[in-house]
Amino acid sequence: MKTNSKAAFPYILWVLFFTVIPFILVIYYAMTSKDAGSVTLENLANASRYFPVLIRSVYLAVIATAICLVIAYPLAFTMSRCSKAMQRVILLLVMLPMWMNFLLRTYAWITILDNNGLINSFLVSLGLPKVQLINNSSAVILGMVYNYLPFMITPLYSIMTKIDKSVIEASQDLGCNSLQVITKTVLPLSFPGILTGITVTFVPAVSTFVISGLLGGSNCFLIGDLIQQQFLGNEYNLNYGAATSLMLMVVVFISMGIFNSFDNDEMEDSMI
Amino acid sequence: MKKIFAVFSLFTLLAISSSALKVEDESYYEAFRGKGIKLNVFNWGEYISDGSEGTMDVLEEFEKISGIEVVYNNYETNEDLYAKLSAGKGNTQYDIIIPSDYMISRMIRENMLEKINFDNIPNVSMLDDKYRYPDFDKTGEYSVPYTWGTVGIVYNTKYVDKEDTGSWDLLWNKKYAGNILMFSNSRDAYGIALKKLGYSLNSTNRDEIEDATELLKEQRSVNQAYVMDQTFDKMENESAYIAPYYAGDCLSMMENNENLAFYYPEEGFNIFIDSICIPKGAKHKEAAEAFINFLCETEVAVANCEYICYFTPHTEAAKVLEFDERIYPTEEQLLKAESYVALPDSINSIYDSSWIEVRSSLDISELVIVGIILGLALTVLIVLTIHRRMKKGKINY
Repeated sequence: MKTNSKAAFPYILWVLFFTVIPFILVIYYAMTSKDAGSVTLENLANASRYFPVLIRSVYLAVIATAICLVIAYPLAFTMSRCSKAMQRVILLLVMLPMWMNFLLRTYAWITILDNNGLINSFLVSLGLPKVQLINNSSAVILGMVYNYLPFMITPLYSIMTKIDKSVIEASQDLGCNSLQVITKTVLPLSFPGILTGITVTFVPAVSTFVISGLLGGSNCFLIGDLIQQQFLGNEYNLNYGAATSLMLMVVVFISMGIFNSFDNDEMEDSMI
Repeated sequence: MKKIFAVFSLFTLLAISSSALKVEDESYYEAFRGKGIKLNVFNWGEYISDGSEGTMDVLEEFEKISGIEVVYNNYETNEDLYAKLSAGKGNTQYDIIIPSDYMISRMIRENMLEKINFDNIPNVSMLDDKYRYPDFDKTGEYSVPYTWGTVGIVYNTKYVDKEDTGSWDLLWNKKYAGNILMFSNSRDAYGIALKKLGYSLNSTNRDEIEDATELLKEQRSVNQAYVMDQTFDKMENESAYIAPYYAGDCLSMMENNENLAFYYPEEGFNIFIDSICIPKGAKHKEAAEAFINFLCETEVAVANCEYICYFTPHTEAAKVLEFDERIYPTEEQLLKAESYVALPDSINSIYDSSWIEVRSSLDISELVIVGIILGLALTVLIVLTIHRRMKKGKINY
């Protein structure tokens, strides 16, 4: 045990300086007033007035996460059943867009979806009317799915490669049809992967501001935009920004709590 | 943000080819030579002529003439500058800063600026008094104007009828719904709404701010997006037809798309002045004043102005430069221009929260969809949980 705690020392320091202390600072700023620095709940009360923004962010993030899961799950399963060489190729293709800068990747969508963008100029050249593809919540969801899909695929893939082929064969031997193989064998075994995938997709999606800023137009103001404005915009109010981000943290914390309770259930189930 | 483009004129080319820079009094700068002074200049990005594409390298010329080494750093917004300065309270590493009007009045109020000794800046006599003693620094003790600019409307003549132009109403015109842009920064957006209503853009009256908020909410229904720098792309490639923006930048858009035109709304508009200041506790105040004096040399002012493409308060430089009359305001128009001053914190917070209200309010229809989707997600979660608990229960029995 002793050697263990010694080895953990640098990590404890790291967590202390880069997680615990910043977190305390956020709480400190959220609870104090702008000029005098006296304790107040005004920032938090103010932040809660913009609950609609939070609701909208959660709603878009939930949809994006669900779509990511639906797309990523079959892909990850198929991938895990491919030959090793093929797996490497597909994984590379999945990760390839991530090598490019996040902002550029999102910016590229403007060129595609714009009123005079690639799709619309193609439609016009065919003599078809233009369609409104950008500056709405669908474009934001698209941006989220596109950017965070690899985050969903990778944990799913890594857990599915661990599902032994013989387990699937055993279930088939015991009379499962292909649907039952999925629901009774693959799904329960890959459950932790799903939870990780949802977590790492949902959290950045709910707090994004780049995507909504670039693709969302005037009706997609998200909680991330709100926070960004408080720190970098001309509103410049650290205390209020901290309160807003604290509110977001609480929401993320609660949703993670819900997800994790599933995880525990699952573990208990498998132990039984 | 302030995006800049470079224009060449015969004048700069001549100035560069005729070797040494002509200054009013060379011996003044000579006095600093050999003292090993390092001057810290903190400025906007691309906000000084830097020698690219045949322009004058102002910093290098200054180093050459005075022997003072210049350390140059950039900031992106006034708030960024404010945050960095207030973090170093009274013990700043910077000697020169160039904030905008409202930030200067805030810094004066918070005692963050040094009074400038104008005995060390003889060239200040060449600056136009109109900008020397502006609203944000009425005595002119703390700031020396560097550039000024205005806000107007840029629109696409291919899609917008001429008779609809002339006032701020164009930004509310339902005919162009979905093709209108708006500033994403609250001060500029409120400035427009307040001017349209005939109020001051520094209004501290709650009712007036409330009116402007309602007007901006109304604007959101015809608005395509709240943007700053993206205005360039959207206007140039015609994915939006109408946008309010800074005149100098509008000119650069007009040069990239000949369908674009510009006008100053008749109700009045914002004029902004960026001035050179010395932050409190600057280590090399006299060298800083020499640098300010250098920036006020006619040739330097011309070079900077051509590089930045904003208007200059320097009367001699203005004579040399030919401003594009499509964007240069007339004296008559300038009478309606108003600059920002710093507002009390209590009023600022009203603006801020109202602005978020403008940006964030949900439509009824949207609320319904959001409610349904989130409700569904929640039900699924609850059903799943109950299902699991029941299953577990069964096994335990």
